[in-house]
Amino acid sequence: MAGRLKATKRMKKIMRRYYTQAKYAHLFGKKVAWITSGGPVEPLIAMNIIPVYPENHGAMIGASKMGGKLSEFAEGMGYSQDVCSYAKGDITSSITKESPIPGGLPKPDLLVCSNNICGTVLKWYEIQARKFNVPLFIYDTPFVHTEFTQEAKEYVDAQTQEYIQFLERVTGKKFNHKRMKKVWRLSLKSMHLWKAVLETAEHKPSPMTAFDAFFHLALIVTLRGKKTVVRYYQLLLKELKERTEQDVGAVENEKYRLLWDNLPIWFRMRWLSEKFAGHQAALVADTYTQAWCGVIDYIDENDYMSSLGEAYTRIHLNVGVDQMAETIKKFIKQYNVDGLVMHSNRSCKPYSFGQYDIQNLLREMDIPVLILEADMTDERKFSESQAETRIDAFMEMIKQKKN
Amino acid sequence: MLTLGVDIGSLTAKGILFDGNQIVEKYLMPVGYNSKKASEKLIKALMEKAGIVDTDIKNIVATGYGRNNVEKADKAVSEIICHGKGVHFLLPHIRTIIDIGGQDSKVIVLDVSGKVSNFVMNDKCAAGTGRFLDVMARAMETEIEDFGPLALQGENPSKISSVCTVFAESEIISLVAKGEKREDITSGIHWSIARRIASMVKRLGMVTPVAMSGGVALNVGVIDTLEQILETKIETSALSQYGGALGAALMAAEL
Repeated sequence: MAGRLKATKRMKKIMRRYYTQAKYAHLFGKKVAWITSGGPVEPLIAMNIIPVYPENHGAMIGASKMGGKLSEFAEGMGYSQDVCSYAKGDITSSITKESPIPGGLPKPDLLVCSNNICGTVLKWYEIQARKFNVPLFIYDTPFVHTEFTQEAKEYVDAQTQEYIQFLERVTGKKFNHKRMKKVWRLSLKSMHLWKAVLETAEHKPSPMTAFDAFFHLALIVTLRGKKTVVRYYQLLLKELKERTEQDVGAVENEKYRLLWDNLPIWFRMRWLSEKFAGHQAALVADTYTQAWCGVIDYIDENDYMSSLGEAYTRIHLNVGVDQMAETIKKFIKQYNVDGLVMHSNRSCKPYSFGQYDIQNLLREMDIPVLILEADMTDERKFSESQAETRIDAFMEMIKQKKN
Repeated sequence: MLTLGVDIGSLTAKGILFDGNQIVEKYLMPVGYNSKKASEKLIKALMEKAGIVDTDIKNIVATGYGRNNVEKADKAVSEIICHGKGVHFLLPHIRTIIDIGGQDSKVIVLDVSGKVSNFVMNDKCAAGTGRFLDVMARAMETEIEDFGPLALQGENPSKISSVCTVFAESEIISLVAKGEKREDITSGIHWSIARRIASMVKRLGMVTPVAMSGGVALNVGVIDTLEQILETKIETSALSQYGGALGAALMAAEL
């Protein structure tokens, strides 16, 4: 087996440094902004504000198997069992300070929330804005049912202006357009690199799996727009290309290729990865990590003022089911997959809601689909033996089909 | 040479001895709390019944929830493939199989050659499973064997609105308190589970002819309501309960 990617070490170092810098931001006279995973981060970086992602923290909470406990605490405060476990984990952690990061996330000076990923973030960020008594900016992206209209464009472009004014007000400084130009270009460059990284998995055998992508995703989420990200993905890409040149696969004797839909099940990454590898199956692609390079075509690298809005509005979770199905169809062909595994994620409604419809839309492709019920961080929503039975049956069916 | 298929479900253990052409012997027993012990007991009992020894058996394949706890098994295979194979052997024309197991209910679509082309299983909830019927039969103080026939006597099926096994049970208690007829409540229970199963069938896209496999195939109430909802005949075989074990024995012959 190929073993761990060497770049992983470097990645861990970058993340550690990032969180340390965020923790001591105030000592360096820097402000900290909490921002949603799909939020426009580039203006923050241009203004020298450190972005911190409660959702990335949520993933860490999940991977550390703390999701159930933190959710339970929030439920004790009155939050419903059905509320997103990232939201519950963050709300709890900001009170109890329980976290895989010692002391939890650094206190925010401002909050930036975009509802392009879901509606929950609106209430979640309002709650935190009240708790920390800090200003909140909401970047409201209209849902793209079928097309991105001129009205929608004008609406979001106006918000880009307001967002910049908001940042000027909060920092007391003029917005640095010159720096923003550079940041915007670097952001686009890192998206292209991320895309190239993911596309190495087109190769048979695939040099990486979705489980690797889930891990290496952290940088494009948190720090896109920074040089570090560009350099890191160049390094990672080089290593992956070495693997493809030598036909080194991430899964030993890869025989079956699968596509994953939805967020990872953070607390069962290793179990799932071994389970699929045991069937000689590699999860070669996923719709989740692809979302961070899915809007490249809408970006004008020389004009952020009028393309930032469109890029952030047309992301995977903010488009209609037909378009989501088209994206999945594209990946099925591009990565030459034998089956689709859909994680029906109790926490993430916008991601899970259309899955049965998507399954129906895929019928013509004759591609087996497995729906796995779980949650991204709440281990109380996962049953191992049920998942195992379903995965085994699914893989046996694919084997029977292929052979 | 003989092969053995063992199906260790969450409630019952089934075994089938197969000689390459036909079924030689079958055996069924409750699993109890220890599925490992149950599988040993099952294999021993089956060999005694057939008057054979260990060395007469070429291969053993295990399936069902306890499939990984059968020490003597040469291979463990999931129920989906086994039910597919078993039913295809018994009723070769069948294209859609419904199996309501103790913990899992599943719908399987076969291609013309009997290979599994797609399947769907219930979500994490127990509402559409055999366990639901068990709990409800107990709540109605009826033996599980009499439960289906009792449902057929109901003229005005009671409305069971809860999809949760636990809440449905308390709903039934209040229906009993209201004085609704036993057969009507029982009929309502059967409609409730049949609706859940039918939605799974529709989700997958039903291909006729349809058969039921597994123990619940013995329940005439479930068959009757499902036939009404799906508007198609549902076939069963005298060996329906052994569908999974038979498939396992057939798989063992191919090893």
